Amino acid sequence: MSISDPEQPNVSQSWRDWLLTDTPTSRRHARIAALYQGWLSFRGNHMAMFGLFILLALVLIAALAPWIAPHDPFAQDLATRLKPPGTPGYLLGSDGLGRDILSRMIWGARITLYIVALVALVAPIAGLFVGTVAGYAGGWTDRVLMRITDIFLAFPRLVLALAFVAALGAGIENAVLAISLTAWPPYARIARAETLTIRNSDYIHAVRLQGAGPLRIITRHIWPLCISSLVVRVTLDMAGIILAAAGLGFLGLGAQPPTPEWGAMISEGRKFILDFWWVATMPGLAIFTVSLAFNLLGDGLRDVLDPKEGSQ
Amino acid sequence: MNTRADTGANTGADTQATKGANGIEIENLNVWFGEHEDRVDAVRDASLCVPEGGSFGLVGESGSGKSTILRALTGLVPTWSGRMAVLGRDLGRRRDREFYRSVQMVFQDPYASLHPRQSVDQVLGETLSLHGFHDIDRRINKLLDDVGLGPAFRFRYPHQLSGGQRQRVAIARALAPEPRILLLDEPTSALDVSVQAEILNLLVDLRAERGLTYLMVSHNLAVVGHMCSDVAVMQLGEIVETLPVEDMRAGRTTHPYTRHLLQASLGEMAAGA
Repeated sequence: MSISDPEQPNVSQSWRDWLLTDTPTSRRHARIAALYQGWLSFRGNHMAMFGLFILLALVLIAALAPWIAPHDPFAQDLATRLKPPGTPGYLLGSDGLGRDILSRMIWGARITLYIVALVALVAPIAGLFVGTVAGYAGGWTDRVLMRITDIFLAFPRLVLALAFVAALGAGIENAVLAISLTAWPPYARIARAETLTIRNSDYIHAVRLQGAGPLRIITRHIWPLCISSLVVRVTLDMAGIILAAAGLGFLGLGAQPPTPEWGAMISEGRKFILDFWWVATMPGLAIFTVSLAFNLLGDGLRDVLDPKEGSQ
Repeated sequence: MNTRADTGANTGADTQATKGANGIEIENLNVWFGEHEDRVDAVRDASLCVPEGGSFGLVGESGSGKSTILRALTGLVPTWSGRMAVLGRDLGRRRDREFYRSVQMVFQDPYASLHPRQSVDQVLGETLSLHGFHDIDRRINKLLDDVGLGPAFRFRYPHQLSGGQRQRVAIARALAPEPRILLLDEPTSALDVSVQAEILNLLVDLRAERGLTYLMVSHNLAVVGHMCSDVAVMQLGEIVETLPVEDMRAGRTTHPYTRHLLQASLGEMAAGA
């Protein structure tokens, strides 16, 4: 015991030195050291850590839903309908069909994460692709791609999503598709703007002088520099995406009734909103919390990732 | 320094006589930017000739079109007319990988010429694999050695390097495909004076070891005098005079602008001393 005590700080000190070194000794070492330094500067931002904490909790809740939900989210019991929060067995009350609101919110976390993950995969990647190709190719390609982007931008987002859902049919997958289709143009704009500044830099010229083709230059040299600003933008947009999904659910065009989607739950609570406020308020608070968490995380990520502000 | 530079062809009086052994030939080159009323002629009717193994300097003030000649040569500026040939092969609109294997360029600003998110290892590794080399590990270490950086620098990112170290990495990248011609675009102007000398000496040594041909752009007559055997003086996009470096040193100039440049740089040196 007495020997291990003085030993302890030395070991952790050498680990810190290894992680913070300016002279990495291998490819893996260099990558880990860069990640660790990013983590250190992210950790300094308490609000961002708070956001990250909430989102990790959300992921945990979604993963453990079958074990931590006190009730079956679909089990109806008309005898216990519209119980106020704090009723034994119904911590956050029950809804109009006697279902436990807490359990439905816990299961709803899965759907929210599912929507967020799908949109976050589809929209930024589509935007990144269109924007970088337009920015790098220039000329007619640029003009055509950016006018298409403008057309998509000209529609109000929810209205366009509504039109898509109406055409494709209601349901979560179609809601995700509709949201993605309306969400990509801003990413394309950002990616194009970044590409235009990167395209004429000497390091891109230098790669061209090695005989690299446009595909390699876009994917290996331009994308890595665009991705950080896109990640920031995506996390900041996540709140809007959750709200759009909830909005579609609220209008009855997203998740369909028995599904415990937060927006659909608010929509169901609308009928009782004057007398039984908790039915709509509880899922509303959940949407608010998660949106806020994404915004805080996005702010923190911007400080870490944005090369214009972060690099010394 | 200059005697070492005289390998290969006869420098000095008549470079035109060494046709066939020419590294770089440029005849009546015009380069412009923009179209119609926006058109700016950056280079007008420029001709020069660098024998293989020779070392040629292009001097002039900023905006005189020196760098534009290099960029047109490497294919970075597509709007040109005239004739350019490298190692006896005429150049068209497109450059193939074979061209980039024999001609490489070192950029002016080492802070802008290295990808900010790529380590030295990634930069050199990609260059080597693009040129089809297989023993990449060994070659990276060798290149770092050649430019005076140890293997300790291999996994660093640009922000962990000083300006001089970055320029050494950029030189290593240019040397990776084992080119025969190196285009130097003011390789030291963005560096501290003390580091400038190191980089210039490195370039002189590399040329002596590998028999490289240099075409160097600079606004600094002292640098060109140190590195090159022939000099072309540019003013407003035109080459006004081409002369051996000894003539310039002795003040045997014919064009008034050359004399003006020479006096300005002598004044600078006197002020510096």
